[in-house]
Amino acid sequence: MNPQTILLYDGSFDGFLCCVFIVYDQKTPDPIIRKEYQNDHQLFAVTEQVISEKDKAYRVWKGFRDKTTAVEQNNFFRAFLSEIKGVENTLLRYMQKIFTNAEKKGIDYSDKDILKISQVAKMVGREKHRMEAFVRFQRTKDNIYTAVVNPDFNVLPLIIHHFRDRYADQKWLIYDTIRNYGIYYDLSTVELITFEDNRKPDLKTIKNSHNDQEIDFQKLWNTYYKNVNIKSRKNNKLHLQHIPKRYWKYLTEKNML
Amino acid sequence: MSFDRIREKLSILADAAKYDVSCASSGGKRANSKKGLGNTTAMGICHSYTEDGRCVSLLKILLTNHCIYDCAYCITRKSNDIKRAAFKVQEVVDLTINFYRRNYIEGLFLSSGIFKNADYTMERLVSVAKKLRLEENFNGYIHLKSIPGCSDELMREAGLYADRLSVNIEIPTVSGLKLLAPDKKHEDFIKPMEKVKNEIIQYKNERKIIKSTPVYAPAGQSTQMIIGATGESDRDIMYSATYYYKKFNMRRVYYSGYIPVLADNRLPSLGTEVPVLRENRLYQTDWLLRFYGFSVNEILNDSNKNLDLDIDPKLSWALRNLHLFPIDINKADKRMLARVPGIGMQSVSKIIQARKFRNLNWEHIKAIGIALNRAQYFITCNSKDFHTKEWSPLVLKNKILKSSNSKYKKLFNNQLSLFS
Repeated sequence: MNPQTILLYDGSFDGFLCCVFIVYDQKTPDPIIRKEYQNDHQLFAVTEQVISEKDKAYRVWKGFRDKTTAVEQNNFFRAFLSEIKGVENTLLRYMQKIFTNAEKKGIDYSDKDILKISQVAKMVGREKHRMEAFVRFQRTKDNIYTAVVNPDFNVLPLIIHHFRDRYADQKWLIYDTIRNYGIYYDLSTVELITFEDNRKPDLKTIKNSHNDQEIDFQKLWNTYYKNVNIKSRKNNKLHLQHIPKRYWKYLTEKNML
Repeated sequence: MSFDRIREKLSILADAAKYDVSCASSGGKRANSKKGLGNTTAMGICHSYTEDGRCVSLLKILLTNHCIYDCAYCITRKSNDIKRAAFKVQEVVDLTINFYRRNYIEGLFLSSGIFKNADYTMERLVSVAKKLRLEENFNGYIHLKSIPGCSDELMREAGLYADRLSVNIEIPTVSGLKLLAPDKKHEDFIKPMEKVKNEIIQYKNERKIIKSTPVYAPAGQSTQMIIGATGESDRDIMYSATYYYKKFNMRRVYYSGYIPVLADNRLPSLGTEVPVLRENRLYQTDWLLRFYGFSVNEILNDSNKNLDLDIDPKLSWALRNLHLFPIDINKADKRMLARVPGIGMQSVSKIIQARKFRNLNWEHIKAIGIALNRAQYFITCNSKDFHTKEWSPLVLKNKILKSSNSKYKKLFNNQLSLFS
C-alpha cells in the first residue's frame, strides 16, 4: 500500500492552486491538501511542502477560468476563504470534475461536492454582507475612520471593493483582530496592513484616540436606534436571527453610552 | 451645533417617522462620482435591526411633526397632544453625512408633516436632498416623500435628487379614507404617483437619445397601506396593491399592520394587537404575485376573500387545486415548479440546472434544500417511492400542519385539536 501524500501550503490562495498544480504534475493519487499550521503530523503519510509560485498558480486558475462562469469562480474563491478544515480537498475534487467534464451546461447541484461548495460560498457571502452592514467606524484624532471586526470567515479581501467605492473621500481602516491584519485606505489605494501585537487596534485604544465630536455622534445614533423601535411589535427571536449576539460587541447601538 | 437639542429633536422626529415601514435602500444604482462620498448598491444593506426585528437601513425621520391635517390613523395629527419639533435643513444634512461616514446607514428617508401648505413643505424636503447631492457630493440613497398637492416643478426637482419617491395611500379603500381622513381626497394621492411614473418614462426615453440626461428617481416609487384599520378584506387590499403595481409601475407596496396609537371610535381600540400574522400572509401573497408568476385572482377571489392564517397562501392555492398535482420534478416546467408548496425560486433554479446532469431523486432534492414536509405530497421524482393515496384537501392540510413547525403554531393550537 502506498502511503497517502499530504501537501502543505502557506495558506494563500496561490499556494493552494500550486498544490493543485502538483497533484496534476505528479499524478498524486488521493492527496490531502492542508495549511502548514493545520498539520497534525499524521503517521503513515508522506508530507510534502509546496512552495507558492505565481506562474503555476496562474496556469491552474486560467484553466479553471476558461471552463467556468464568473459565479462559479466567485463561489470557488469564497469557499476557499471559509478556511473550513478540509475545504481544500472538496475544492480539489470540484476542480477535477470541472477539468474532466468536456461540455458546460450549468452547475450540477445534484453533485455532493458542487452543492457543498455553493453552500459554503453562500455562508461566506452572508458574512461578507454582514461586514458591509455591521462595520462601525469611529473617527479618531488623526482623522481615520477606524473599525475592528472579527468575522467568522476571512472576508476582508471580499469587502475592499465595497468600502473603497463607498468611502472614497475619507481615510479608513478595518482591522480583523482574529486574523491580525487589516485593510487601510489612504485616499488613493487600499493596502493590507499588520500591526505588532502591542500596537493592534482594539475598542479601547480607539476610544482613547477619539475625535472631539465622535462620542456625540455615537450618542445621536443610539438615540435614533432606540426611538425607531416599535415596542408593540417586539419580536426578539427575529431580532437575534438578524443580528446574532456575537456581532454586538462592535455595534455602537448595542453598547449604550 | 448643540448636540443636546438635536438629540431631543431626533428622538421626537424619529419616533414619529417609524410607522412608515419602507426601509428599502435597494433597487437603485448610483456610483460614487468624483471621489465623493457614498454610492448606492442594487442589493441594499440593512445596517442594524431593532428589537421588533425590523431593519434599519436609512435615517428615517420627519422634517417636522407639525401638521395641518387631522387624519385619525396618524400619530402626528393636528388634534393629538404631543411634543412638536422641526429640523433645520442643515441639521438633517449634517446628521445624514455623519451617520453615513460611520457606516450606520445607507442614506436618508425624509418625510414630513404638512406645515403651512404642500409647496412650502415639499420645497424644504427638496432642499435637503439638493444640498446633500450638490454641496456634499453625497451619492448614498435618498428617499423623499412626495407631498400630495405640491407643484409639478417641485416634483420634478425632487426626482432629480432622490433615488425613490413615495406617497402613502395608507387606507386601501376610498370609503375608508373618507371615514378616517376627511380632509384628504383619493385623487390627491394618485396625482403625484401618476406624475412620478410619467417623469420616469419621459427621462428614460430622453436618455436613449441624449446620454447625459439625468436619471429620474432611479429606484422608482413605492407606497404603503395600513392593514386592519378599516375592516377591508385581504382581497380588497391585494386588488388595490395589484392596481398600484400595474398602473404606476410601483417597485414596492408595503403592508403595515395597524398599530393603535390613538383612541378614536372610528378605529380599533388601544391595546388591540398588531395583526403581524396577517401582514406576513399579505407579504407572502405579494411575493407570489411578483416573483412566482401567480395572478391575484388565483389566490383571492369571490369565494376566497381572505387568506388562510394557519397556512401560507401558496399551500392554500395548491390545496384548492390538487387536480394539478403531483408533478414530476424532472420534467415539469419552471412555472409549475414555482407553484409547488415548499419550493422557492432559488430551489427552482437549482433543480433546473441539476436535472440536466441526471434524474433527481429524493436525496438530491432534499440536499438542494426544499421543504419536503410540504413538497412531498405534490411531486414525484426518480424514485418508486411517492404518495399515491388521494387525500382530501382538509386531511392533507392537517397532515402538513402536524409535521411543520411554524413560528405561528401556538396561535392555532385550538383549531388543531379539533382534528387530531
